Amino acid sequence: MTDNILEMKDISKAFSGVKVLKNVNLQAKRGEILALVGENGAGKSTLMNVLSGIYAYGNYTGDIIFEGKECRFKNIKDSEKIGIVIIHQELALVPYLSIAENVFLGNEQASNSIIDWNKTHTRTHELLARVGLKDDSNALIKDIGVGKQQLVEIAKALSKEVKLLILDEPTAALNDEDSDHLLNLLLELKKQGIACIIISHKLNEVTKVADRITVIRDGSTIETLVKGQDDITEDRIIKGMVGRDLVDRYPKRNPQIGEIMFEVRDWEVFDPLNEDRKVIKNINLNVKKGEVVGIAGLMGAGRTEFATSIFGKVYGKKISGKLLKEGKEVTINNVSDAIAHGLAYVTEDRKTAGLILIDDIKRNISLASLKKLSKNSVIDDNEEIQVAEDYRKMLNIKSTSILQRTGDLSGGNQQKVVLSRWIFSDPDILILDEPTRGIDVGAKYEIYTIINELAIQGKSIIIISSELPEVLGMSDRVYVMNEGKIVGELNKESASQESIMKCIMQSSREG
Amino acid sequence: MDKLKSIFKNNIRQYAMGIALISIMLLFQILTKGILLKPLNVTNLILQNSYILVLAIGMFLCILTGNIDLSVGSVAAFVGAISAILAIRMKLPVIPTIVISLLIGGLIGAWQGYWIAYVRIPAFIVTLAGMLIFRGLTLVILKGQTIAPFPGSYQIISSGFIADFFGGPGLHITTLLVGAVLSIYYVISELNKRKNTLKYKFEVLSPQLFAAKLLCIVIIINVFTYWLASYKGIPTVLVLLAILIAIYTFITNKTVPGRHIYAFGGNEKAAKLSGVKTNKVLFWVYVNMSVLAALAGIVFAGRLNAATPKAGVNFELDAIAACYIGGASASGGIGTVFGCIIGGLIMGVLNNGMSILGISIDWQQAIKGFVLLLAVAFDVYTKNKARR
Repeated sequence: MTDNILEMKDISKAFSGVKVLKNVNLQAKRGEILALVGENGAGKSTLMNVLSGIYAYGNYTGDIIFEGKECRFKNIKDSEKIGIVIIHQELALVPYLSIAENVFLGNEQASNSIIDWNKTHTRTHELLARVGLKDDSNALIKDIGVGKQQLVEIAKALSKEVKLLILDEPTAALNDEDSDHLLNLLLELKKQGIACIIISHKLNEVTKVADRITVIRDGSTIETLVKGQDDITEDRIIKGMVGRDLVDRYPKRNPQIGEIMFEVRDWEVFDPLNEDRKVIKNINLNVKKGEVVGIAGLMGAGRTEFATSIFGKVYGKKISGKLLKEGKEVTINNVSDAIAHGLAYVTEDRKTAGLILIDDIKRNISLASLKKLSKNSVIDDNEEIQVAEDYRKMLNIKSTSILQRTGDLSGGNQQKVVLSRWIFSDPDILILDEPTRGIDVGAKYEIYTIINELAIQGKSIIIISSELPEVLGMSDRVYVMNEGKIVGELNKESASQESIMKCIMQSSREG
Repeated sequence: MDKLKSIFKNNIRQYAMGIALISIMLLFQILTKGILLKPLNVTNLILQNSYILVLAIGMFLCILTGNIDLSVGSVAAFVGAISAILAIRMKLPVIPTIVISLLIGGLIGAWQGYWIAYVRIPAFIVTLAGMLIFRGLTLVILKGQTIAPFPGSYQIISSGFIADFFGGPGLHITTLLVGAVLSIYYVISELNKRKNTLKYKFEVLSPQLFAAKLLCIVIIINVFTYWLASYKGIPTVLVLLAILIAIYTFITNKTVPGRHIYAFGGNEKAAKLSGVKTNKVLFWVYVNMSVLAALAGIVFAGRLNAATPKAGVNFELDAIAACYIGGASASGGIGTVFGCIIGGLIMGVLNNGMSILGISIDWQQAIKGFVLLLAVAFDVYTKNKARR
């Protein structure tokens, strides 16, 4: 028997033809903390979903060997049975149940289906003591903070006799104190012999707790750095994460940048669910005519919240600040105002917030500009068909006809439909939120070309993207955002993956 | 031929319901030994179902947004009671009575729409409350009594007929004329539409198919009016229904507000991010629903020639069933006004046919329940098949 508790060999996985994982190899040793790092979309979460059985055996190729035995999981239950537990970024707790009920959810302490509450609470107390949580086991999950919820998740994992604990971005939503507590707990569990895989963007935490660091990029394992042997400074890890050639993945464009088109001043937004929490903190930015501006940042940096608060105050409460278009202040209180003032926003989530999946291409394209297609509110059908046909041709939307349901299109073509809708609305300022998420390389290139054409036509474009190469490849100027603030503004020359990452890391440390 | 097939395939749901309606009609025609389609009974069918169809049109819009309105039966009873008070107790003339009644319907809709659209209390709860509130208020204002009879002019909407300007015994000439005029109007408008589409160089039906389609519809229109003409002619309420169907078909197919309702039901978030004022849409859908419920209440009271505390019980269920049988989707965004009318007629023919056969009310309920379940199961089945 080796000292590897887990070995994943040549794991490959594709989603509708797009390879997300390419022969990934990963080893975790007994009683160690392994960190898995990589950019958004590198394939970390997919890999962990394969490991935990969310993607059942047969949906991927390669072998999983746990404690010397080959495993073929059909679902999460299978993997939990032998001691692999995954804790996702979005916690799987039921807010209106108590801590004890959550800890033993699906694993109730019962005989003949009748729950033994005494046993449940006694065992919960033991588990809570192990994770260092002093709350009453009767407290409802919704009443305790995110940090404590995270601990409850770990207690839940411990109740299942966990041998390998996987944490996906465990500290993303935590403050420093809670993060520290959590990391110390992981070190404590390690002493008890529980191995741990931690996925994190926070490299300072990674370097603090991890024994080894495996870097994944573009669905392949790049390298594994060992504490004590290799250099594991943040700079070194970043280099591993981003070091790829960028030749010709982005079409060229000769920027012709004009006057300032749109400006945001002193923009502040509060969380609609918790009106004391400031989500967007004093943002100032501008975009010029014919310019492509990128907003870089990690997931959860507040970029989408910022964009949707500008776009007709769809998100946020107690919004303050000024919006200026061509130097004149404009008031935008709802989406129709925003459209009337020449704004367009392409959402990051085209399926739930972009498309009407049960409707056809034609109706999806015309939706934001029905005014243009109608007289006295009566829609001109033929004109509408004409417009849809034009865009289908122009943007090369692969489909049987404009009457095809958008729900049946591929991701890239769906995105082109959403783009068509907003290009047809003829905006001056186009905000693109993750414009190429989940799209294959070919379609990405097409979308980049469309973006460049729009810029050449003199439109101002803001690209929000978690993929740094995309931001760098497309933008004339980059704002870096972190924790609701702009933490850096870089021009084309000074912007690089390292400099952007540095801006983020620096502000995280300060904050 | 292939094209015909593909047209059929794409609209299988609509055609299936039409075919179901025709088969059910034929079935009862045979079972009742020809009574079902006698001119007298056809006229009765229309009169009996008019108020459900009016409700179904409004309900369709609610269902289109992915919601529901359970209060319509109570609202219809309440407005019927108010109109009785106005017309019988206060001796108001008919027109003001109807106008005030409809306005009260609008106010009720605004009340419910406010809670649903702006406070965002689920429509199911708001209208369940409305169902209780307005049933209770009906009892209060009627003091548990039935008020009757209405003045004759009030009943015209619900049980009157279009006068025959030519008089004479036998066939109702005006009705035949209406049929002819409708046919001509239909042919001209179809020709115009075709010309317009050709101008854009889009695909159209081949000339033969087009002619066949026109001929079919013209025959249907004229047979129908001939049938009515051989009894008392066109019921006033049919005119009202035809106007409502035309208006709502137009609104849902051709106008921006209609498109916004579909978009709302299809994906509220996407609709909002595309500039649809979602709260406003929802609000007006419910105002509209209650106005139509008020209209149904007036028609029903006129038909009964009385306002009773028990009026309109279970109307909401018939209207909802009509929409679902007619192909509306419970999650919203799918369906047509025409489909709901077909659904309503299926329910109506079932009711009427089974009554003629002397099947007891208990069995009628059970059978209607099965039909509803079957229709929706068929819908789910065809959809899943299309997915694969």
